[in-house]
Parts: sequence; structure tokens; C-alpha cells
Amino acid sequence: MDSVLLVLKHDKAAVISLIILAVVILLALIAPFLPMDPNATDVINRLKSPSISYFFGTDEVGRDYFARVIYGGRVSLLVGFLAMLTSLTIGVAVGTISGFCGGIIDTVLMRIVDILHSIPWMILVTVVSIFLKPGIQSIILVIGLFTWMEIARLVRAETLSLKEREFVLYAKFSGVSVFHIILRHIIPSVFPTIIVSATTSMADAIMTESSLSFLGVGIQQPMSSWGSLLQDAQGTMQNNFFMALIPGLLIIITIFGFNKLGNLLRVYVEPKVMNDEKE
Amino acid sequence: MAKYILKRILTAIPMVLFITILCFTLMHFAPYDAIDAMTNPRMSQETINLIKAKYGFDQPLFIQYIRWLDGLMNGNYGYSIVTKQSIAADLSVRIPNTIKLVLPAYFTAYSLAVVLGLLAGSRKNRATDKLIDGFSSVGIAVPSFWFSMLLIFVFGYKLKLLPFVGMNSVGMESSVVDFLRHYIMPFATLVFTFLPANIKFVRSSTLTQYSEDYVLVQQAFGASRREIMFKHVSKNVLLPVVTRLGMALPLLVTGAIITETVFGWPGVGPYFIKAIQGLDYPIVMIILVLSATLVIIGNLLSDILYCLIDPRIREMG
Amino acid sequence: MEENNKNHAVLSARNVHTTFHTHGRSVQAVRGVSFHVEHKEILAVVGESGSGKSVLMKSIMGLMPDNAEVVADETRFQEQELSIMTPEQLRKIRGKEIAMVFQDPMTALNPLRTIGYHLVEVLKRHRKMNGKEAQKEAIEVLKQVGISSPEKRLMQYPHEFSGGMRQRALIAMALCCKPKLLIADEPTTALDVTIQAQILELLKKIQEENGMSVVLITHDLGVVASLSHRICVMYGGLIMEEGLTDEIFYAPKHPYTKALLRAIPRPQSGSRERLESIPGMAPSLASPPPGCPFAERCKFARETCNEGIPQYRVYSDTQRAMCIFSDEELSAMEKEVQ
Repeated sequence: MDSVLLVLKHDKAAVISLIILAVVILLALIAPFLPMDPNATDVINRLKSPSISYFFGTDEVGRDYFARVIYGGRVSLLVGFLAMLTSLTIGVAVGTISGFCGGIIDTVLMRIVDILHSIPWMILVTVVSIFLKPGIQSIILVIGLFTWMEIARLVRAETLSLKEREFVLYAKFSGVSVFHIILRHIIPSVFPTIIVSATTSMADAIMTESSLSFLGVGIQQPMSSWGSLLQDAQGTMQNNFFMALIPGLLIIITIFGFNKLGNLLRVYVEPKVMNDEKE
Repeated sequence: MAKYILKRILTAIPMVLFITILCFTLMHFAPYDAIDAMTNPRMSQETINLIKAKYGFDQPLFIQYIRWLDGLMNGNYGYSIVTKQSIAADLSVRIPNTIKLVLPAYFTAYSLAVVLGLLAGSRKNRATDKLIDGFSSVGIAVPSFWFSMLLIFVFGYKLKLLPFVGMNSVGMESSVVDFLRHYIMPFATLVFTFLPANIKFVRSSTLTQYSEDYVLVQQAFGASRREIMFKHVSKNVLLPVVTRLGMALPLLVTGAIITETVFGWPGVGPYFIKAIQGLDYPIVMIILVLSATLVIIGNLLSDILYCLIDPRIREMG
Repeated sequence: MEENNKNHAVLSARNVHTTFHTHGRSVQAVRGVSFHVEHKEILAVVGESGSGKSVLMKSIMGLMPDNAEVVADETRFQEQELSIMTPEQLRKIRGKEIAMVFQDPMTALNPLRTIGYHLVEVLKRHRKMNGKEAQKEAIEVLKQVGISSPEKRLMQYPHEFSGGMRQRALIAMALCCKPKLLIADEPTTALDVTIQAQILELLKKIQEENGMSVVLITHDLGVVASLSHRICVMYGGLIMEEGLTDEIFYAPKHPYTKALLRAIPRPQSGSRERLESIPGMAPSLASPPPGCPFAERCKFARETCNEGIPQYRVYSDTQRAMCIFSDEELSAMEKEVQ
């Protein structure tokens, strides 16, 4: 813990981004309880500049842009979170099974990883998205289904070394089932790696979702995410650059924040990352 | 070594084949296919069967796959469902446009990344390093489309300096100056997109090299900072840097999808996105096969480069 | 003894302190060490890992990372004071006047440069030779360290050398400029036992041939017995005992030295005498004990041992030990225990 605090003391950018990230997540969580509506149109107050009543102004049909940004964040973070969970689940399952069972299972699973890895994510995700009904579920599924390969490789590598440790060998010889060993012994031991990957995975998922939504193959109307807000803003950017600025900045801070969080967790789970002097 | 390279090539072939099977199956099970595009509900079943027979869709799936694969090998990529145009003809215009944009941008970004990464790595935790590493940490978090919007707003709308749609202005197709004016912003966006991750890569390779024992040994033998940097570390860093170049090969086709779409650059990007939106499967699948194949070839190239440069592998096998 | 020896000392250091500062914490690796190296002698610095022996030598040579702070009253090499030199002046001495050989020959050479390149660079740098002369000289030096067909070996990469051969190549690199002082930092630890003896013999041979002084850093008191003239025993960042090799082996005064000697396997004695390991662990140098660092593991330790770092007791012109008890007192205590 000390080492994490020490890193924080030296990294002001991390502190600031983590605070903003916490505020954004909090606002996204409590948004339904706040007195605002992202879809209420108000023709009189169109394209207003930011003010006390409209923090971020209003859009071309008079919708409160602050509310739209917060609700957009809800969608972006939700997609990111669920996609991350999906991808972690698959990655951990494939990684542990592949590493623990070895042999033909390992070969086959790792070949699949290689093949999926060899297709650029953009292509893969967009291709599959046309087979599923458009909507938030398919975005989550599609991102989750095609971003687990890196995690699987990491987890497999760690499982391989864990497999030879006494407590696992002991469990194996006492006839505990493979499923139980993986669940009780392997997964708890690779947990630090999983947690660190989770933050990177979350950041990547949010970036993927916003790119897809920006290209019009992601989140569809009437729902909106930061990416689709940016797509909308592209049209009116000339006069309302503010509306293009805000969601972009939020994406940057969120991704930056999650990456920093990942670094901190890495320091926390393996403090030797920092203490690199010998003797 | 020749044996190793041969082995790598032999393992790459089944992977490419597998990807073509994957694509073909996906295409086959798609909810809408080439036949639907060529027929309409008023046609009699007989006519439809005739059309099917003409394009070979009445054959067993396996034969269809072989024919499709055969077509791929001979440069017959099939036809767009929507526009009925030859995909091969379309791509032969589109891919060069993309390469024109991606290749110079990637080389610029990569060379910059090597310089900045080495600089940052050799000055670990000093101001220079913090600045460069900070830039790449933030840069990684910036969506490329947002960066291009920023450029368009500043240089397109506010300063009215640069055009931001397409590759040429109407009627000025042969003007180099006009082309370059269109070129600047997409190029800048791509450089900015490729830069941060590559800096991080070079920096971390540099840090790894500096932590090696041989650096301390060189110091103990009186080598100056400069000598250690230029005679040892940079050479060793260049090894992974050069081999990584192979992996950039698929970018020549798919490296600028978002940027091209934002700037309306007539490359693969908008073509692909339009195909996705119009459920134009043949195009989507061809691009899928193409990019996956390029990834596999790129990795192969990377391995071969590695064998050629690294003396530890060069003499083996 | 001090004054008289220092006059012909190659290297003498007084009160060296080295402290690492990492994120607001500090670790005192060397805590006030004085020693000297005489002309044409082999001085062994013996200690467990973490005793500060390697840090001590690197500190004197200015090879410490930025987060290490080195303070000393004096670090004199021949007639020059090292601590007041600019990094540039110090660099000119390193590899030329003082050379160093490291523990792990597998990683000490750049894998992407040939053995020849390593040697030629040193010759060009310090002896201002041109490529051709350097090439010729490199072959000579390789011959000197017992590498056969040096012309061919020169063109090879480190991975084509075995561990022992690489260590020879590194020693050749160190010999390039005929240094006055060679520091060998655990030169045989990473090697096979059979190769170890060869390398040690080689060190002895080149020391005699070139008339250099050698500082041999090792954790293994056994390897230095037949080689060194004098021994410094280090523990917890301090020199516990210093003396001629015979004094250390046949008349050790410090309980730590005695414990170390009992931990050496002695095949010739052929006895059933059991090897003794020293119980406990080396002290943490992040929060070192206020008194004798060995007190915690010492069977003679008393309350007073923890009251400040003990003064040296001088036993002869060449031998001193850092223990509050004299040799007689310790012997008496030992008898009491039995």
C-alpha cells in the first residue's frame, strides 16, 4: 500500500484523472436520481451556451447537454464494464484450461487465439456486429467476444508455472477434479493479473465502443454514448465546437484514468516493479 | 535458419486457409446473400434456380468454397451486392489511396517514436522522460476521430486554411499542391495515432536494455554516456524495433479506417464502412480475408527479419 | 600500521558511506568502511550477499545509480583523490587504471557485438589505438588469458562462447590497458566448479605477470584461501574483521569470522565434523540495528553489543576486528558455554 501512495505522491496527473474518473462514475451511477432528462426537448432554449441552468448548454433541439453527456457516460461505462467482464471470463477460462490441461486442448485453444489475434479488431468487431441485431447487448457481446485473447495468453503463462507448485500438485494427487483445482487454486493465484488486465480491458473496451459508435455501427439512436454524441457533434461542430469537445475530453480522461489505475494496481500487487535496486 | 523459416511458412498456410473457411462460413450463414441481391420476390423459382446455377450456388458448399478460393487466388474477388461492381477493381483504386496515406504517416510516426523513445529511455525519470512519457500516456487515450475533429475545427473552420473532405478539390485532380493541402490533416492525425504506442514500445525496450549488465560493464570500462547509447543500447533497441515493422504490414489496408472515414479520403476505410452499413458481405469478407492474411504475412516477415538481424539466431539451424 | 601501509597503497578509502534513496526511504548499504589495497597484493573482500561488499567497490568507482549517495572522507587511488574528480575524469580512469570483472559473464557482454568489438573499443578509447593496432593487441590479450585461436574467436559473438570462455574474454578486456588495480566481483560464482578453479588460477597468473593489485569480492571464504594475501570480512555494511589470510584462517578474532570458517566444507580434514550454518538472517539495512550488526545472530551477544557500533580492536599490525570483546574474553565465554 505504501508503494502505491508513494507513486501517487509523485504522479499528480494520476491523482487528478482518478478523482475526475470517480466523479464521472458516481454521476453516471446516480444519474436517474438527478433532476435532469437527457431526452426532453425544449425548442425555445436551442443551442444555448453553458450557463447555471445548463452546465454544458443545450443541443440543436434544446436538450440539456450536461444530462446527455452524463447519460452517454452511463452507456459508455456500462458497455465498457460488461464487455470487460465478458472478455475477462472468456480469457480466464481459456487461459486456465489451456495452461492446466496442456496437450491437444492447449494446442487447439492457442491456435484459436492466434487466429483471432491475426484479424484486426476493427474488422472483426464490425463484421460480427452485422450478424447480431443492433443494440447495446450486441455491442457488449461483440467487444467481449473478441478482446479476450491477450488475457488468455497472460493467464495461460501464469497457470503453466502455477501448475508445478506444491499446493496444486498436492491437490492433483489427492484426486481433486480439474474444475475444482482451477476454481479453488489457480484462479485465486492469478487474481492479481486478472485485476490488472481488467483495467486495461475496460479502457480498451470504452475506446472500441466509442470508435464503433462514432462510425455509426455501434450504439444506435435513441440511446447515445460518448462516441455517438461525438458523431452527432460532427455535423454541428462549426458553430458548436463545445459539444464536440466535452465527450472527447471525457473519453480521454476515462481511458487515461483506467490506464493509470492499472499501473497503480500493478505496483500494488508486485511492489518490486518500483524497487529495482539490487543489494 | 532456413529450416526454421520454412517451418514458419508451413504453419502460416493452414492459418490462412482456416481464415478463408471462417469467412466463407460466415458469409454463407449471413442472413442475406448474393442471390437475394440478384433476384426479387416476383421472379419464378425457376428463374431463381437458373441464376443460382449460373453463379454456381446450386453446387455443394464444399465445391462453392473451392471455387471461391480459386477465385481469390486468381484475383477474382467477386462483386458488390449493392453496386454490382467488381470488388477487385474497386480495391485496386482504394488500396493505393490508403497506402499513400498510411505508409508515409507510419514511417514518420515510427522514426519519431524511435528518436523520442530512445531519448526518454536514456533519461529515465528526468524531465525529458516525464514529458515524452506523459505525452504518450495521454496520446494513447485520445480517440483518433476526436483528434481529427479538433484539427478540422481549427484548421478547417476557424482558420480556413485547409480543406478536409476527400483527396482533391473538384476539377483539380492533377494539382499536387491541392493534393498536399488535402493530405496534411489526415496525415497529421495518423502520425498522432501511431505515435504514442510506438513511443511506449521503444521506451520500454530502451529501459530494458539500460538495465542489462552489459551497460554497467561498459561504464566500468570507461564508456561515455554517448558511447553506451550509440554503440550499444541503440543497436540492441533497433532489433525489436525493426522486427516490429513487419507487424505493421496489415496497417497498409486497415490502418486508417476511422481517419479516412472522417476526412472522406477515398481509401479502404469509407469503402469498408459503407459495405458494413449496406450489408455488402462479399466486400466485408474480402477485406477480412485480406487483412488477416496480411497480419499472418506480417508476423512471418517479422520473424524472418529477426532471424536475419539477430546473430544469436542467424547461425542456428 | 595504517600510516606505514598507506604510503604504498594503490587504493585507500576512509569512512565510505553509501545510501540508496528510493521514494522517500533510504537503505544504508555501506556504513562507514575504511580499507586499503597494497601494491601487487590480492585483497579478498568476503561477505554474504547484501553485506555491501559489491556496493562498496562500485561506490568507489563511481558506478552507482543516481539514487545512491556516496560520502567518504577519502578515496585515494595512487596519488589522486577520486571523490573530487569530475565524472569525465573518473571515466578516463575506469577501464584504464582500474578495471573490473563482474559476476555473471553470460550477461556482461552485449549479445549483439562481437568479442573483438568489445576489446577493440576499450583499446581505442583508452590507448588511442587505431583499428588495426587494436585488432592486433586484442589477439595478444586473448592469448594471454588462454583463449585458443584468438583470430577466429575475435569475430565471434558472446553466445558462441561458454561461460568460462566469456569470463576469460572479460578478463582480457580488463587487461587491455594493463590496469594498476583489478576489481573482480564474484568472478566465479556463476561458473561450474571445475571452471572456477581455472579462472582463479588465471587471475593469480595475470596478477603476478602484470604486477597489478587485485580486489577479489566473494561470498565464499573457501575460494580465497590459497589466493589472497589479505582478507576483509564484511557484514551489514561494515568491515567486521581484517587481516592477513593466515591470520583470518588460523587466528580469527571476530565471532562472525569464526562462524564463517565453520561453514566452509573441508574435505581434507575428512572428519565427521558437521558444517555449521549461521542461524538467523542478515540485518535489514533499511533500519539497521544501532549496535553491532551481527549481535542478533551472535551467540556471545550481550546487552552492550546493541549500544553503538563497536570500535576496532587491533590485534597486530595487520589484523583488527570490530567486536567489543577481546579474543581472550570470547574464548572464556566459549568455555563457559561448553
